Amino acid sequence: MSKKPVQFRLNGAERAVFVEGGQNLLDTIRRGLGDTSPKWGCGQGTCGACTVLIDGQPHLACLTLAEAVEGREISTNAGLGANGLHPLQQAFMDHFAAQCGFCTSGMLMAAKALLDRNPNPTRDEVIEAISGNICRCTGYEPIIDAILDAAKRRAA
Amino acid sequence: MPKDTGIGAAVPRTEDRRFTTGKGRYTDDFTVVGLHHAVFVRSPHAHARVTGIDKSAAEAAPGVVAVYDGKQLVGDGVGNLICGWAVSSKDGTPMKMGAWSALATDTVRYVGDAVAVVIAETKAQARDAAEMVEVEYEELPVVVDATDALKPGAPQIHPEAEGNLIYDWEIGDAAATDGAIANAAKVVEIELVNNRLAPNAMEPRAAMAVYDAGTDHLTLHTTSQNPHVARLVLSAFYQIAPEHKLRVIAPDVGGGFGSKIYIYPEEIVCLWAARKAGVPVKWTADRTEAFITDAHGRDHVSKAQLAFDSNNRITGLKVNTVANLGAYMSLFSSCVPTYLYATLLSGQYVIPNIYCDVKAVYTNTVPVDAYRGAGRPEACYLIERLMEKAAKELGVDPGELRRQNFITQFPYQTPVIMTYDIGDFSQTLDAARAAADVAGFAQRKAASEAKGRKRGLGYSCYIEACGIAPSAAVGSLGAGVGLWESAEVRVNPVGSIEVLTGSHSHGQGHETTFAQVVSDRFDLPMDNIKIVHGDTDSVQFGMGTYGSRSGAVGMSAIVKALDKVEAKVKKIAAHVLEASEADIVIEGGAVKVQGTDKQMAWHEVGLAAYTAHNLPEGMEPGLKEGAFYDPTNFTFPAGCYICEVEVDPDTGVVTVENFTAADDFGQVINPLIVEGQVHGGIAQGIGQAMLEHAVYDESGQPLSGSYMDYTMPRADDLPSFKVSTHETFCPGNPLGIKGCGEAGAIGSPPALVNAVLDALSGMGVKHLDMPLTPRRVWEAINAAN
Repeated sequence: MSKKPVQFRLNGAERAVFVEGGQNLLDTIRRGLGDTSPKWGCGQGTCGACTVLIDGQPHLACLTLAEAVEGREISTNAGLGANGLHPLQQAFMDHFAAQCGFCTSGMLMAAKALLDRNPNPTRDEVIEAISGNICRCTGYEPIIDAILDAAKRRAA
Repeated sequence: MPKDTGIGAAVPRTEDRRFTTGKGRYTDDFTVVGLHHAVFVRSPHAHARVTGIDKSAAEAAPGVVAVYDGKQLVGDGVGNLICGWAVSSKDGTPMKMGAWSALATDTVRYVGDAVAVVIAETKAQARDAAEMVEVEYEELPVVVDATDALKPGAPQIHPEAEGNLIYDWEIGDAAATDGAIANAAKVVEIELVNNRLAPNAMEPRAAMAVYDAGTDHLTLHTTSQNPHVARLVLSAFYQIAPEHKLRVIAPDVGGGFGSKIYIYPEEIVCLWAARKAGVPVKWTADRTEAFITDAHGRDHVSKAQLAFDSNNRITGLKVNTVANLGAYMSLFSSCVPTYLYATLLSGQYVIPNIYCDVKAVYTNTVPVDAYRGAGRPEACYLIERLMEKAAKELGVDPGELRRQNFITQFPYQTPVIMTYDIGDFSQTLDAARAAADVAGFAQRKAASEAKGRKRGLGYSCYIEACGIAPSAAVGSLGAGVGLWESAEVRVNPVGSIEVLTGSHSHGQGHETTFAQVVSDRFDLPMDNIKIVHGDTDSVQFGMGTYGSRSGAVGMSAIVKALDKVEAKVKKIAAHVLEASEADIVIEGGAVKVQGTDKQMAWHEVGLAAYTAHNLPEGMEPGLKEGAFYDPTNFTFPAGCYICEVEVDPDTGVVTVENFTAADDFGQVINPLIVEGQVHGGIAQGIGQAMLEHAVYDESGQPLSGSYMDYTMPRADDLPSFKVSTHETFCPGNPLGIKGCGEAGAIGSPPALVNAVLDALSGMGVKHLDMPLTPRRVWEAINAAN
């Protein structure tokens, strides 16, 4: 199978990889580039565990063709706390918002996208922003509280 | 006051640094040089004979190194999958276990049954080649409903189980219970379905098997709640490798809820194939594969009668249950609808006579086994639906009817094996009623009525059994294993502590709570303590984590080992400091002689133990102690849940307005971790009650095979929960722990269903089966009118 070269930035670093036709961005990040923070929870775009930011917008990496990110800026949770803990990561710790941890990276990226476009969201806006991300462990309340708290801390 | 990091403190979770920064390491995150990928060829039919497999095209496909089928597997001596708990029928005959090969040889019995495996260089190549494997099937008649499977003439699924009946089991006194019903002033009857669920841990199951030909060793990374049990079963029953040549590692595991207790065909096949093909093999389920291969939960149909005397006191309970166990008997499937279900049918109540009959049945569906709660949610749902129905029919307050029948003297021997050790059911009822503002309900109901909505309030007073369980007791009931737990506490020469535990954490936060117990005992910072689990090469043995047992059993083993370490520390310090052992205290990072200024730093004791220059006469060097803890009884978490709903009678949409939980878990180690367990459990219970249903059509095709057709609770489906804990300390274990992992999922479904039926009681709706989707509710309203 012929491979195509693709170049993009991952968490600020230039990356160049060869991808197969039809290869998704999630496999490219996880297997090709060794960043296993986005998770493969369904492969069908329905659980949110693979959420990454592409040019600041939340996308499901499992449904994104690797070829389609040529020249784009990809952010994952592994890059979020590159300079110490990100306020969202700290708030997730403080609020016990992770249990098994599997959905956590996707949740955090969905939350980051929300706070980037809306620094002071209401509870309902937070709920809406993460309603594409499934968590089987927490019942969501600590996650919602953490995101609201992170917004409050950022404003303070 | 708890110490900052001791028992009872809300210590931030140790594991969250890696989880919140994306550095958790789950099975699919691991790789090795030369890794190959496995994709399974699965049956598209629910029941068929396999008449031929043509592998030639797949074998010639790019990247493919091997295509194996069931005949090769059996030919290599790989054993059939087993069920590890022997349950006998009422006539004494043993359960009828049909043969289950990890790759089917001649018959497939559910959609998803594996018939072959393709090993290729990439997953895409394996997937493409799997589609080239041509399997010839001769379709057979199908049955998916358990009651249908028992009917005369139903399709026969296993030759070993005539009429698809695995066992017809009973517990209790049938004649006495019939007598109580015959003499009752009032008999309340119910027929209900406990809906089939897919567990849906967010991490799909995965396995990576590596064979080292130089040492003849196999290593398996897998998504397991109990890696030692996996190794034992893989060795003893499937003949994969002897235990000392098989290492099982369960690294970070993304949720289990029971579904990762069992040893599935895929792990067996990956291990066998890695050795046979001579390449490392990884398999990761996709989500649809998870829906059609992970053991499902629940799926009971029950009829019950609850008898009362003229003073509204319960005199008897009779239950008939049909339990669907799917196409094969999964590892612990047999004990779920029997010893984990019928033994809890007394609920929180004095019920002098109980009888329950359970028929376990094969169907052409994925195997059914324990899922969060495992039998106890089914028991709680039955008894709590009956109590609410009884209150309606007797015209009394549902809370007070329950209180009137509460068990108040402990220990209490139920007629169905269990001896409840302690509890205070009125306390949790009162706490829940106060927190739920039951007094203000009438006013809120009137406000709802004014806007055309129906408001209802539902109770659930649950009890469950955790801390499974005294080994001799479960052995006498048919368990194939003992259910103790082990621990080893190693104090290193520099004073840091490693605790090796046979429990496994897959979201429960053991690395935090277990360390709190150590921190509390030796007054040491959390940073000095490491919890080691999930690797059979590190931890000698363990029974794993399920049934909310890791606090009551796992931590008790740690406490026993800590007792031994403490005793040795005191002996060493007394010797070095020339004092009496009785005067030695451990506090503030030091080991001191009480009432003097003589002391040693904690790490100096460790060093003294390992240098062994000045130890008491005859003492062995080192500071490492192990312990096995076998529970003395089950533990009995209990509580009261109150749910308040609003129903839109025009659309059937149910909105949960308030959900209140008052739980008694005994000693709480970390209140925020416990709160998280309750929240998560209630979310799963509300999911069962309102949203989730694993459905098969008549031909055995799964209709709920993805998140587009199986409704998972999402952030916008759930209300805020009001939760609180009210302790009575368990007398059976050293910390007084009862367990908290499953209570939410056990107690919440009946509270919600009772609330909806209360809301609709004025509209003539008397019964609903879960899940209470808008369509079901709307249809019931219209049928009643």
